[in-house]
Amino acid sequence: MSSSRWRESSRTNISEEQITQLLSTLRQLLPEIPHSHSHKASSAAKVLKQTCNYIKTLHREVDDLSDRLSQLLATIDADSAEAAIIRSLLI
Amino acid sequence: VKNPSSSLKSRFITRFLGALTKTNAEDPISSPSPTRIFQRYRRIKVASNKSMAYSVRSRRIWSRALLSRFRSRRSAFSGRRSSVKTTNCTTSPPPALIKVTIDENKTAKGGLDMQTDELRELVPGGEAMDVCNLLDETAHYIKCLTTQVQVMRKIVDFYHHSK
Repeated sequence: MSSSRWRESSRTNISEEQITQLLSTLRQLLPEIPHSHSHKASSAAKVLKQTCNYIKTLHREVDDLSDRLSQLLATIDADSAEAAIIRSLLI
Repeated sequence: VKNPSSSLKSRFITRFLGALTKTNAEDPISSPSPTRIFQRYRRIKVASNKSMAYSVRSRRIWSRALLSRFRSRRSAFSGRRSSVKTTNCTTSPPPALIKVTIDENKTAKGGLDMQTDELRELVPGGEAMDVCNLLDETAHYIKCLTTQVQVMRKIVDFYHHSK
């Protein structure tokens, strides 16, 4: 299956430069790693790996927050609070 | 000047809060059992992902993939299928270009494809995207996920403090 994707990439002639730029954009979205030297070049493999880990982290956070909300919701009347929340969130 | 990402955020907030209110209205429990709480957790999680996908609408491959997933789940007969258009990979260069090198040992497009396997599974619709689109879609997907998390955190904090 990966061989057919390889063929597709060579057909569309994606330049290395394009990929480098896109990877750079991704790199900027990732959270800072304290002990890494930000001026050092990151390999594509590293950026992809970090990106995957970050997405997994975000999925887990959505999970965890959904869990907390499910417990909090049961004790609150959402209707009256809703308007106030919307206002405070959008400020 | 209207910031597109802030209107995406407010669309998400409106939808998600609406879904939460609905969840509470349909299932008001004073002393919930663990099973009920688990079901609520599932509903809220789906509502969060759905709200974001609907707020992005069909502008992105990943959101279209999620939307068609939701629709086919909902109806036994998945009638109309909208054709999936791949976006042209037009990205403006980032202001500060952080140098990223392609690993020469895992060279050529074949090498990069193998490295993207895991990412393809994480981004909705990723399996069918070419590398260019995959990276572009991933960046947008991450931005939306962080918005989701940010808003949900604020809601949790709000409910937490109003107890």
